Order: sequence, then C-alpha cells, then structure tokens
Amino acid sequence: MSAPLIEMRGITKIFGAVKANEAVDLSVAPGEILGLLGENGAGKTTLMNVLFGAYAPDAGEILVEGRPVAIHNSADALAAGIGMVHQHFHLAPRLTVLENLLIGIPGRSGRIDRAGGLARLNEISRQYGLSLDPNLPVSALSVGEQQRLEIVKALFRGAKLLILDEPTAVLAPSEVDGLFAALRSMAAQGLGIIFISHKLNEVRALTHRCVVLRHGKVAGRVDHPAQTTSAAMAELMCGHEIVPPVKEASTPGSAVLTLDGISTSGHTGTPLRDVSLFVRAGEILGIAGVSGNGQRTLADVIFGMLPPKVGTMTIAGKTIAQFSPRELQALGLGRIPEDRMTTGLVTNLPLADSMVLPRIGTEAFSRKGLLNPAAIRAFAEEQIKAYDIRCPGPMVRAGALSGGNLQKALLARELAFDPKVLIVSQPTRGLDIGAARFIHEKFLAMRAKGCGIVVIGEDLEELLMLSDRIAVMYEGRIAGTLSGADATVARLGLMMTGAEGHA
Amino acid sequence: MFRLEARTSTPAWFNLVLPLIAIAATLVLCSGLIAIAGAGVIEAYGVMLSASLGDSYAITETLVRAAPMIFTGLAVAIAFRAKFWNIGAEGQLLAGAVASCFVGEIPMPGTLAMLLMAIVGAAAGAVVALVPATLRVKFKVDDVVSSLLLNSVIYYALMALIEGPWKDTFSGYPISPPIEDSANLPVLIEGTRLHLGVVVALIAAPLCWFLIARTTLGFRIRVTGENPEAARFGGINVQRVLLSTALLSGALAGLAGVGEVGGVHFQVMSDISPGYGYSGIVVAMLARLNPLGVVPAAIFLAAVMTGAEAMSRATGVPAFLSDVIQGTALLAMLVALLFTAYRIRRVGAQT
Repeated sequence: MSAPLIEMRGITKIFGAVKANEAVDLSVAPGEILGLLGENGAGKTTLMNVLFGAYAPDAGEILVEGRPVAIHNSADALAAGIGMVHQHFHLAPRLTVLENLLIGIPGRSGRIDRAGGLARLNEISRQYGLSLDPNLPVSALSVGEQQRLEIVKALFRGAKLLILDEPTAVLAPSEVDGLFAALRSMAAQGLGIIFISHKLNEVRALTHRCVVLRHGKVAGRVDHPAQTTSAAMAELMCGHEIVPPVKEASTPGSAVLTLDGISTSGHTGTPLRDVSLFVRAGEILGIAGVSGNGQRTLADVIFGMLPPKVGTMTIAGKTIAQFSPRELQALGLGRIPEDRMTTGLVTNLPLADSMVLPRIGTEAFSRKGLLNPAAIRAFAEEQIKAYDIRCPGPMVRAGALSGGNLQKALLARELAFDPKVLIVSQPTRGLDIGAARFIHEKFLAMRAKGCGIVVIGEDLEELLMLSDRIAVMYEGRIAGTLSGADATVARLGLMMTGAEGHA
Repeated sequence: MFRLEARTSTPAWFNLVLPLIAIAATLVLCSGLIAIAGAGVIEAYGVMLSASLGDSYAITETLVRAAPMIFTGLAVAIAFRAKFWNIGAEGQLLAGAVASCFVGEIPMPGTLAMLLMAIVGAAAGAVVALVPATLRVKFKVDDVVSSLLLNSVIYYALMALIEGPWKDTFSGYPISPPIEDSANLPVLIEGTRLHLGVVVALIAAPLCWFLIARTTLGFRIRVTGENPEAARFGGINVQRVLLSTALLSGALAGLAGVGEVGGVHFQVMSDISPGYGYSGIVVAMLARLNPLGVVPAAIFLAAVMTGAEAMSRATGVPAFLSDVIQGTALLAMLVALLFTAYRIRRVGAQT
C-alpha cells in the first residue's frame, strides 16, 4: 500500500495543566473517509487545529505523503493539501460565490483572474457534483449551500485531505444526503476525508474507519464502522455503557400552555399561520419540521420575543396580554433558546452572571436595584454541583466551558425555578451522547413532576424518544399531530414535506 | 519565529500590569522624540516628574487637571461597558460648562448655586449624549460617527454664543461673563487651586464602580454590552439600557464641564477644554473600563500634561510632546489588550 495521505504521529498538545491531546496517532489513506469521534472536550477539535496549523503541537510530527512537514498556519496547511470546513463558516457575505473563492488567490499582474476561476469552479462542480451559482452573493445562499461553498473553496485551493468539523449539525436531514453523496464521490476520486461528528448513525453510514478519542488519548479504533453497533461505539467514547433513559407512563393533567389561532406578520423568518396547539401538565409535546418552516418563529412567540398579530396564548389558564420575556417567565415559563452561545449566555462574563441573567431583577438575586453577590454566587455554586457542570467555579468566563456544560447551566437556571411550562429549542444540538442523555433524563424527570414541555427539534430520533405527542410544522402551519405511539420516522418525514396532512 | 495563540483565560493581574507596561512602552517610544529635539531623555522626564508630582503644590495642580479627565474617563468607561460608543464626551463637557455657567451667573446663595450648576450641567451633558443614543436605538445610526460629529456642533454653538449674545461686555473679549463669586467652588487648601470638584471626582469613581459591579442597572449594562441578544432573551430591555447608559455617561461628562467653570475658569471661553473629552477615551482604555482604574489613569495623563509644560520651559522640547504621549499611550494600550486574548508562543525554526 502506498504512503498514507496524511499521518499524525504522537501528537501532544498541552494547555496549562490540561493535556488536550496526548500521543495521538492518526492516518488517512487516499480515498478513505475517516471518522473522528469523541465526546465534547475529548480533543477532536484541538487535534484538527494542530493539523490545520492553528496550534503548534508540544510533541509529535505530521507527515504528508510520507514527508514530515511543519504547519505553522492555515497557509502552510493549504500548501500541504489540507483543507478544513469549520463549524462556523468563514465567508464574506456581500461577495459572490466566485469572489469568495478568489479571495487570497494571486491574480496576474494585480488583476483577478475571473475567467480562470470560473472554469476551475465549473470543473470542481462537475467532478464532485457540487453545483453552485457563481454569481449569487453568499448572503443569498442557504446554510447547506454555504457549506458546499466552503468545501469547494478547500478543493479550489488544491486540498487533497478535507477536514469537516461536525458538518451535519447545521444541515436539514435532506441536505445531509446530498453532502454524503458529494463526500463519497470525493473519496472515490482519491481524496482523503476526516469526518468529525457526534451522530453515530451518520458515522456508521459514511466512514470507512474510525478513531475514537477520550480525554485527549486514542480510546479505540473501529475498522468496520458499518458492522459495529452504535452502542459499542458510544461505549468507547464515554468509557462506560450508555443506558437509554426510561420513559414511564404518565397521565397528563390539564393544559398548561395553549396557543389559539396564532398568526404573525412576516418581517423575519417564516410567519406563523393560524397555529393552535396545547401541552398538558406532565406531557412532552415535540415539534418536528424541516428547518425554516416556522419553528423559530413559534419559539420566538412562546419565548415572548415576538407578539403575534392575531390569536391568543394562555399559560396556566392566564391569557397573555403583554408579550415580553419577563412577563411570561413570571407566569411560570422556562425557556432554553436554540443557540446557547448567542441567545443564552454571555461568554465574556462570569458563568454565574449568565446563570442568573433572566431573573436578576427578582428578589432572589437583588433588592431595590442592588445586586446580592453572595446569593448569585451561592445559586451558581449550588447548580454547578447539582448538575455536575464541569468548570473551575462560578466566576470562570462562561465561554471557557464546553457546549454540554453550557447547556447544563442553561437547564439549571430554568429548572431551579420549577417552571410550569418548559420550552426548549434544539436542546441537544452539538452535544455528545453523555451530555444529551443527561438533558433527556432531566426532561423526563420534569415531566414526571408535572411540567408541560415543548421540544422544538430537527432530530427525529430524539423527538420520538421523548415526546408523548408530536406536531409537525410545514410552511408556518401545524400540518398535523401524531401521538407518540403512532409516530414513526417515515410518517413524520412524509408530513414534514407537506405530503400528508393529519388531524 | 513567533506566533499568536488564543488564550482560554486571562489572568486577573493582567488588569494591573498591562497599563503599566503600556505606559512604560510609551515613555520608551517617546524618548526618541526627546532625543531628536536635542534634550537629555532622563533630564526631560525628570523635569516632567518633579513639575507634576515633585512637591505638594505640583501634586494639587496635577489633581486639578486630573479632575475633568476622571469625569470624562468615567463617562467613557461606563458607555463603553454597554458598547455605547460615546466619542462625544468633549461636546457633553462643553454643554455642561455652558449650562452651569448660565446658572452660575444668576445671583443666589452659594450652596444653592453650586448644587444647581451641578444638576443643570449634568443634565445638559446627558441631553447631548441622548442624541446619538436615540439615533442609534431608533434609526440604527452609527453612534461613533454621530457622537463624534456632535462635538463640533456643540463647539461652534459655544463659539457663536461667546462671540455674539453672550460676549462679556466688561472685557470685550470673546468669553462669557464670569459666574458670581459666591458660586465659585470652594478651594480646599489655601494657596492652591485644589477645589471641591476634585474631591467630587475622586468620590464619583468608586460610586461608578459600585453602580457597574453591584447594581442591577450595572448588571444590565454589562450584559447588554457583552451580548445584546442574550440580554434580550433574558428579558432585558436593551434599548432602555442603552438610553440609561447614555444619560449617565453624558451627565458625568457634563460634570467635567461644571468643575472647569466652577473651580478653574469661572467663565466659558473657547479653550475651556484642551480635549479633556478625548483624553477621557485614553483614560478609560488605560483603566480597562474599570471606574476605579480611571483615577490613576487620569492622574497619569494629568501629570504628563502639567509636566510637559515645565519640561518645555526647561529643556526646549515642545510641549506638544504631551499630546504625542497621550496618543502613544492609547496605541500602546490597544496593543497590550491583544495579550488579554492571545499569548505569544515561540515556535521552533524547523522550516
């Protein structure tokens, strides 16, 4: 067999007292798709940042096609044929697709070689089935298309190895299939691919081989992912067996949240059209739908961020007169917004601040406009202990925590006040199995305590596992509601495309 | 070869050490200019130091100069905490000066006059700061540009007043009539210019710290500045927080003007502020937006200003050096701030 496309030998990277990577060996052959697995904080991103030149390793070496190379920055990485598609895209939104591709490409005598760039774009598009309109501005592209552009950008720069950091986290299920087809076609034509993901079924469907990291070290290697069970891989990642949570039967009480004929005007996002739904005490209502069919608007309305144009909403029997987050919270609504980094937390301030943010004006944390620092600190410390939030303490910068721990902190800040209704959006997006399982268990515990929970999500497996009933949104309407027993992935999938209506 | 690497956390002692390093770097960089001007570097800095902090009179003079910059520094620090980019402390100071001077010219008991001057001056500054804040909140107008340009508007309005209707008829110069003697802020140490306003400034700093660190308004200001989206989701009325911040910031800058009228000049003239509003930005940055840090930062700049004049007389180095030191200190601090987010790493030269 020829030399591997890329080989990392004994990579060690230390941050202060933490060994983010320890003696990690990894290689990718031409035409191979390698899965890189691990819980949050296992060192996957650090390892890839070392490979891409963002961090210098403390020990170890990197070989490209058998030759040792020194990679000091992304330019070195690109020159060595390594391209990376980050979770957060690096694109200039006002420039067109073609212009984004040409950024940093030297032209001839100071002029940009548009014709040459266009020819190369067409060639890449044809070769791997990655079609893009070269003249559209990036701001007009969907998230999936932006990702495709990032991939094309790497190939445009001559990447022979492509690193994709959780590429499916931002995609709708239908877009995932397109991505996988393109990746398979790239591999078939001799490119190497490193695929980072939490989703074991995706890893099993796509990759040829897997490396599992735990606590910065290689915990195991899987040679035939397709023939390995998800449970076995999960165990390698966590170091212990993962038991699915038990959902006990419950008899729901009276409705705690009711939406009646809610419509919104469509300034931002998909407007709601005549949405009626309810959730009862001790019940979990799942809201499914392809991204962009009004789920975010629905969340904004229930969060109190967006007053509806017509329709009424009641919480625990009280009709909402004034839509504001504070008003709804006072009535017993707990909220976990979709994007914890932008809408949930303040990354540059102490964790404790984020944990008391929605209730800072209440008696619990302040009096007559004066903060009670001792109470704030005590609350944060208590929750950190109760939810096993891994952090140096309540005064640490929130941004220093991993995604799973941040989500735990957000959960803690709401559940500590015993909400009657809990509304959560994408509660486990980007979380590893262990953290997701923890969140699920908390939801089920709240359900047992008589809380009504609305889970808005795109992960159908998760919705099916948690929900007592699932409502499907399509183009701003409720296309239908299924009981948990009747719902299957296939049936929901059909309703999500508007094919089947169901009362 | 060196490279920058992102930090995961910033040690607390950086807050103290970074400004000192920035100041040291500034003095080293500016020593080149002193040498070019033909003077001894050690001698020049020595004169600066002794003239600004060398004896008790010099210290009081430095404090008198520091007072307006403490106020404008606090104004900028609080505004920047909320990411309300108030570059208009200069205009707010001038508005405070004009308004308090109007009040001070009305005969009334001294204590009442001083109190009213402070209230009206602060209110005038607050109203001026409200303009860019309202434009931003209502129409998304860039607050850097609007607050900066407003400075010129206020300055020329002031000029028009003292060249025209408000010209002092007694002297005939383009200056306003003086305030009543009873409205002059009391001098605290006989034979110096150390006035009551200096003490108020020194008290204002810990009060502002308390406001930011220990009140719900301060909490909302910090959260709004760091992440307005999270603030909105957390039930904070972001627009109201921005407007409150602007009022507070403008009032503080207005008080700088009150102190200059009531304690130093006793009237309004075109050069009542040698750019104290802009120096406030340097002060706030050196203080890392911490109200407590504003006091030493303002005293440092004041010492440079008073010292530069004496140095100029003694060594012939132009007093403009003080402006250069201010500008360099701001740049040095901005560079130093880089190290709160990044560390320098040495990489072996294998390539």
